[in-house]
Order: sequence, then structure tokens, then C-alpha cells
Amino acid sequence: MERIPILKMGRFLLVTIQVDMHDRLAMTLQEDLTDRIVKDHAHGVLLDISSLEIVDSFIGRMIGHIAGVSRVLDAETVVVGMRPAVAITLVELGMTLDGVSTALNVDTGMAMLSASLEEREKLNGGSQR
Amino acid sequence: MTEQQSKVAQLLRKNERDVLQQWLSYQISATTMRADLIKESDLREQSRRFLQLFTAVVQQNGDDENTGSWKSVKDMLNEVSRSRVAQGFSPSETATFVFSLKQPMFDMLRREIRDVEELCREIWATTALLDKLGLYTTEAYLHSRESIISRQQQELMELSTPVVQLWDNVLALPLIGTLDSERTQVVMENLLEKVVETGASIAIIDITGVPTVDTLVAQHLLKTVAAARLMGADCIISGIRPQIAQTIVHLGINLADIITKATLADAFAIALQRTGAKVTRLSGKR
Amino acid sequence: MVVLKDETASIRSSDDIVRVRRIVREWAVSLGFSLVDQTKVVTAASELARNVIDYGGGGDFRIEALNNDARRGLRLTFSDQGPGIVDLEQAMKDGFTTGGGLGLGLGGAKRLVNEFLIDSKPGRGTTVVIVRWKNL
Repeated sequence: MERIPILKMGRFLLVTIQVDMHDRLAMTLQEDLTDRIVKDHAHGVLLDISSLEIVDSFIGRMIGHIAGVSRVLDAETVVVGMRPAVAITLVELGMTLDGVSTALNVDTGMAMLSASLEEREKLNGGSQR
Repeated sequence: MTEQQSKVAQLLRKNERDVLQQWLSYQISATTMRADLIKESDLREQSRRFLQLFTAVVQQNGDDENTGSWKSVKDMLNEVSRSRVAQGFSPSETATFVFSLKQPMFDMLRREIRDVEELCREIWATTALLDKLGLYTTEAYLHSRESIISRQQQELMELSTPVVQLWDNVLALPLIGTLDSERTQVVMENLLEKVVETGASIAIIDITGVPTVDTLVAQHLLKTVAAARLMGADCIISGIRPQIAQTIVHLGINLADIITKATLADAFAIALQRTGAKVTRLSGKR
Repeated sequence: MVVLKDETASIRSSDDIVRVRRIVREWAVSLGFSLVDQTKVVTAASELARNVIDYGGGGDFRIEALNNDARRGLRLTFSDQGPGIVDLEQAMKDGFTTGGGLGLGLGGAKRLVNEFLIDSKPGRGTTVVIVRWKNL
């Protein structure tokens, strides 16, 4: 069955959503991601939605859910590549995605995750495994 | 009713050449004729075509006014109005095209119909029909005019609000003039597109050149800031003049988590700081 | 006002939500909607189609291309024979969070379109009609 690929990039995971997701696919993604964060000891998740033309409240909630679960597992989530039309529509819909960090693209998102990880490690006095 | 209408249609077809000739000479001699704007040959062609379509409508009077022969004649009138607008005719000059057909029609009906009762009926029906079409022409004219104006407004909008890249990662959008709801939306969409294109993480929206801001415009600004944030960029609003500041508070608009600065310069300084850039003065220069 | 063309589809599963999105997108593109307007109307359709499944137990969808005096638009109708909405006013209020999923998203969908009509009574199902006009 089709799954959205999850790539390991150093200490982070990169998920690129390129299809118009139906519900089952979204559920599977959430489960797969949760498993992988634990399995790969990931400290961050980059969710690339630059190919998404539509983000409705369901996808919005999925994003929020992923961010929440990751945080509990000590991984930070950054959503990158949101298209202007999508952003404008989400604002109109009333979805603020509070608690979800965003960046313009994978590079800035990656930089954000690295910086944030450094901060956390400094606070915890040393490298995290 | 339909039978009588087709009688008029028959008469029209029989007398087409004469009616057309008469109609043309009325149009040409009318005070509203603009020989400077339209060639007689073009006018002849338009009149001929209209007469044919008019005959078809007369034939099928009573039908739905949005299909068939009605649609054809309306389409033609749309065309005529559009070209008249472009050529610089006034609304009355344009409507005269249709209304001036009345006289030749009445003349023809008087010649062909002997029975007074019938004559009155037909003249009345013809008047009603031509009035409808004449009014339609005027409305079509107005539509065309409006769409030209809105296209020009669009072009003006795009010309007058360019997005400027001040530095790496910093964009500025200096807004000038009165903002209306539609213009604001277009401008804001444009800004967000530029943010993606340039990868800028900070956009400064400067409203020094905006005399007034109403609730709608303020809401659009806030929505743009929110949308930019969702995309991963921050906005700074600069150039808020005292009156506008008062209006904002008065309208109860909450700018809580948006950075606002009095001048574009201040905003730029903050933007540089936040993107990790720094401006230093070379020693020895003032 | 004239209906230029129309199409209907049934909404039974979440795959149909994707299908509805695709249909609305195609029609919006063919009518010449701007990208932002396309996104807004497709998203609104997605919200309402989802409601039909989540709260209506499945239902029907109709899309019509409208022409009102040279103004073009899209009219979408979502109907179901579900339990209906008890308190419409409450339902129209925004109530969702990114984690919770509360609220029907009706208020949000309403803001994305130009015209919004809802008819719902407990036991009589729900019908929502939305219209998005193309900006001339």
C-alpha cells in the first residue's frame, strides 16, 4: 500500500508530502512517523508541504498532531514550504497552527532545527545521543 | 400573438432593403452620429446584421430571453457596445443605434398594415421590443466601461506597489495612496509570492504613504502578517502615523504580537539585526 | 441567472473528498478563477464534503457553473440525510484547535466563499449551498 516516504537526514527526519492525501494515508503517516522518531532517535522532523495545493482543517489538525506527538518524544517539528494561497486560506479558515514552527524551505527549516537542538543540548549540559 | 409577430417578421423580410436604407439615413443624419468615430461602411454592416437578428427575435417573441435568437441579438449588442465604448461614443450615442430603428419600422408598418387596430398593436409591440433592446444596449455599454476601468485600476495597482529587496532576506513593501479592500488583497498576495521567490524571512510593510486605514484594510494587513508567519516569515509594519495609530486603537484592532516601528529606517535596523546582519561605519568617514 | 453546466457526485468515503476537491479545482480553473480564489473554494468544498461524511453519514454533491449578467461563479451544494444540526448558531462558531478537531468548520468555510446558505433540522438532514464568484 502506498506510504509517504520518510528520510533520515542526520539527526532529523524529512517528510515530503507530494500527493493529495486521503484520510488513510494521513493516518498511516502519523503512525509511521511516530515509530521512526523513536527508532531513529530523531531530534527533529521537517514536514515539507511545498507540493500541497490544499491544506484543509483535517490536514491542519494532522500537522498539529504530528507536532504534538513529536514534542512529547523530544523532537521538534518544523513545517516548510507552505504556499501563499494555502497560507491565506488557512488564515481565513481560522487555523493558526499554534505551537507549530514554520520555515520557508528545507534549508532554513534544517537550520532552525539544528539551532534549536543546539540550544536544548546546551541547556541539558552536553550532547544528546 | 406569435402569429402576428411572424407577420411582422414576414413584412420585415419583405421590406428589409428599404428599412435598412431608411434606418441608415436616420442614423447618419442624427445629431448623435459620430462620423469621426465610425466609418459609414462599418455602420452599414452592423445595421444589416442587427436587422437580421432583430427579425429573428421578432419571429420568436415570447421565448426565453437568454437563449436562441434573443441570445444572438444580445451578443451582437454586447459587441456593438464594447466597440462603441472603445471608440469613445457616449451611452446615448450608442443606444441611438437601436432606438433610431423605430421610425423606419413605424413607416413600414403604416405602409403595409391597413387595419388600424392591428397597426396600433404592432407599433406598440415593436416599440416595446426596441425599448428593451435599446436599454439592454445601454447596460452592456456600462458593463464594458466598468470592466475597462477595473482593468486600468488593476494595472495601476500593480505599477504602484512594487516589492523591494532591501537586503538579503529582507523585503520592503512601501504602500502609497489609498488602500481599498481589493487593492490591498492583490498587493498582499504579491508580497507573499515575493517572499517565496526571494526566500526572505522578514517583510517590512511601510504605510507612511497611506493617508487612512479602515477596519477592512487593517484586517487585510493583519491577515497578511498571519499568512506570512504561517509560511515562515515575519512582518514588521512601519510608518504608522499618529492618526492611523489612533484609528487602530479606536477600532479595537489588536496588533499585540506584531512588531510595529515608526519609520522604515527603524524597521530596517531591526530586520538586519534579526537576520544576523550588521551595518558598521568605516572609520574616518562622518 | 443562468446555470451553464452542472455535475453531481455521491460522497460516501474519504476518497470521495479527494474526488470532490479535484472536480472543484478543475471547474474553478476552467472558469478562470485566480489561484487564491481556487484554493479558497476547493478548501471550502473539502471542509463541507468532510462534514457530509463525518456528521451526515454520507450524502451528495452538486456543482454548477453560473453566469449572472457576465459574472461567472461556482455553486456547490452538499446534502445529507443525517441527524441534522440542533443548534445552528453554535455550529457556525469557530471551535477548532489544531489538536482537537472540535467544530464543524462551517464558520471557516463561510469566510472562504461569497454566499453561504445552510438548511438543517434535527431528523431532516443538512444541506449547505455555497457560491464563489470570479472576481472580474
